[in-house]
Formats: sequence, C-alpha cells, structure tokens
Amino acid sequence: ELCSVCPGDTSVLAGLYGPAEAKLSKELPDRAALEVLLRPKVGLPGVLERSREQLLRQTCEAAVLGVLHPRTAISLVLQVLSDAGSLLSCCLNAACMALLDAGLPLAALFCGVTCALQPDGAILLDPTARQEQEARAVLTFAIAGSDRKVLMATTKGSCSVEETQQCLAAAQRAAGTIFQFYRDSVRRRYSKC
Amino acid sequence: MAAERGTAAEALVGQVVLPGDLLLLPAHYDEDAEGERLRLSAGTAPQGRLLCGPGLRRSGAGLLVTKCGLLRHRPAGGGAYWVDSQQKRYVPVKGDHVIGIVTAKAGDVFRLDVGGSEPASLSYLAFEGATKRNRPNVQVGDLIYGQFVVANKDMEPEMVCIDSSGKSNGMGIIGQDGFLFKVSLGLIRKLLAPKCEIIQELSQLYPFELVLGMNGRIWVKAKTVQQTLIIVNILEACEYMTPQQRKQALAKLSGN
Repeated sequence: ELCSVCPGDTSVLAGLYGPAEAKLSKELPDRAALEVLLRPKVGLPGVLERSREQLLRQTCEAAVLGVLHPRTAISLVLQVLSDAGSLLSCCLNAACMALLDAGLPLAALFCGVTCALQPDGAILLDPTARQEQEARAVLTFAIAGSDRKVLMATTKGSCSVEETQQCLAAAQRAAGTIFQFYRDSVRRRYSKC
Repeated sequence: MAAERGTAAEALVGQVVLPGDLLLLPAHYDEDAEGERLRLSAGTAPQGRLLCGPGLRRSGAGLLVTKCGLLRHRPAGGGAYWVDSQQKRYVPVKGDHVIGIVTAKAGDVFRLDVGGSEPASLSYLAFEGATKRNRPNVQVGDLIYGQFVVANKDMEPEMVCIDSSGKSNGMGIIGQDGFLFKVSLGLIRKLLAPKCEIIQELSQLYPFELVLGMNGRIWVKAKTVQQTLIIVNILEACEYMTPQQRKQALAKLSGN
C-alpha cells in the first residue's frame, strides 16, 4: 500500500509490505519482525537516517499488534520527496497512514508533532527548516490514540523540564487535529463502498 | 483530556471506525441463555454469546477496534460484530476457499502459493478418489481450488480438495487455459454476496467459467481469448465503477 503525506512542503511517500515471509535469520518466533527503511531525497542513507529508522521502528512496534502474525516480516519503506522542516513527524504520520491503509491490526493510532522552542521562549508547532535552524531546541513527539499518551520523544538542543512539559501539552492538543484528518480521509475512502 | 472512553457499539454500526476506538456493549448481554452463570465481578464483562469478528478484539468491558473500516452487525444467533475493511494482503483463515499455485512437490505433499506469508501444504491424498496407487496428476505451476483445514498464526496452513464427506464439491485442479488475476479482497466479498448483479449482468454478455478465491485471485475462461480479456477488464474495473457506469460499459460492449 502506498500513500503520501505532505504538511506544507515536506512530503514523504510510504509503502508498506506485509505480513510476508521472513528470512530465517530475521524471523521472531512470537511476533512480526518490523523493518523500516528511510531513503533521503538525494544521496545514500547515512547515520541520521538509520537513527530515524530506529525511532520509527520502535514507535510502530508499540502500535502494531505483532503477536497476531508471528514469524512474518513487515517492511515499511519511506521515501523523502521534499524536506522543508518537521521531517520526522511527517514520516510518523505517513507510517501510521500506511499501516491503516494496509489493514494491519493496530492497538492504537499514532501521529507525530514537532515543536520548536525559540530563543525567547515561544513554542512553534510544525516549524519550517529555517525556524528549526534558529530555534534553541527542536522536540518531536509521537502521540498515541485517544488517550494522548506519548510513544516516543526526541529532542535536539537544550531546554528546561518545564519547557518540555509545555511543548508536550501543545503537541497533545495539536494531535487532535491530525487524528481528525485521519478519520476524514478514511471516511472519504469508504464513502464509495 | 480524558475524552469519552468508549461509545456504544450500536451507535456506530454502518459507520467508519478507526483502530483504538473502544466499543461498549449493552449490559443486556448478561441475561442470555446461560442465566445460571455465577458472576464473580459485578457485571463488568459482557457474558452473552457474542461473536467478535475480524478487526475486533475483546478488551475488558468492550471491543477494541484494530482495523479501520465500516462496522457491521448481525443480530441473528446471539449477535456478531465485525469490521468490513479493504485490503489486498491475504491472511489464511480456516474454511476459506482459495486458489493456490503449485510451486513445489516435496515427497507426499505439494507446496502451494496462496498469497499469504507462508506457502500452504496439500497432501496428494486430499483429492477425491485418490489412493496411494492412484495419484492425482498435479504438476508445478498448476492451479488448485481448495479450502483450508488448518490455518492459524502459529502453524503452516494446510489445504485439502475434498470436504468432510470425501466429495470434491467443485474443488480440485483447475483446467487448462483461462486467465488468473488478482484483485482486492473487498471485491471478492462483493462478488460472492448472494445476489450479485455484476455476475448476472456479465453472464448475459458472454458465457464463461469463473472461479473466485478468497485470497483475491480470480480465474476466468471464456470461448475466445478476446472475450476472456474483456471479462477480466470489467471485473478489475467494477470495483470503482458505480452501477450506472457498469451498465453503460456493458451496453456498449454488447452493442459491438
């Protein structure tokens, strides 16, 4: 299943394959083995892509009910089409929509929100590349389902504990908009049945 | 922040549900046929013979949705809820009739590709009238229509081409010629519904043979290659056509 998600100018194409046959070296006896591949727009994948792949993989593993498909492999391939800031949260949203579209069993939905903390203390949601450069800290959260729990949090830069809490609260509020977007897209898709 | 923890299941029947939604079941499932049951906790979990179908899992006091799709309900026989979702990947289910492609012969079993995560196995004795001396003539690359007797997440799926009384009942090796193609699982379920207009309309166009596999595979054979390809194209397209568009397309073809 393929789907492309673009907030602003950042655009990521996600393809999900599975549950398919796993190689003997990679298969897990009780769960599905999830693999994420992130391909940048230009050049070969480097260390930054690998670390993002691990973050995405751990988030998806928490959401997907892998125990229903033991000894299988689920592959998620993300291709960056254009990057204008907030790339990791765009990848998270694309991953969730690909999982929804493919019909894999999920325990909960998740979405990604990026916050940039500016030098004067203001919080900006979904910053552009320029705002990310000028910010004091950039935080990305993966927020789960209807109870708004945090699945993953990653920070670049330095900020105090109170500021982190404020960014988290802002991200949880913004997550509602993204979940509503998921619901509307699924409604549109099933309206033709 | 503490949003509604769950909505009543009946309110959402026929509507789109997303993974993570919790469906609450009405309390009257407690007073079902087995009213003599002792309740250890004060009636938190529903006790009726409710069937929890694909896309739903039991969790605490209700049902947790795990796939996105339309919620359906069948009140007969204690009630059943399930999620009607569109997907292309097939997961083997016991009792499903599928079309498999023979990929290998390993001793006494054939390995079939059914589109799932593992190849299914089919014993050579699982055909009507097959004995150790009278083996069925199956080659690598043949198409077989059979049903699953064993299909769960922990074991390799196993197929047979006979039903419980030993008759083949339409199953077995699919003949020569014809055309095999893959569609989404939702279209197969639509075509298998009791009064499917698509098949009735197509049969008025040309006579043809049709085998539908629940794994998304369809085999079609008509008198000429051109007629076969026309039927294939219509079946592939009718997933996205409204009934009027389909009738127009068929009228154009029968006029030719």
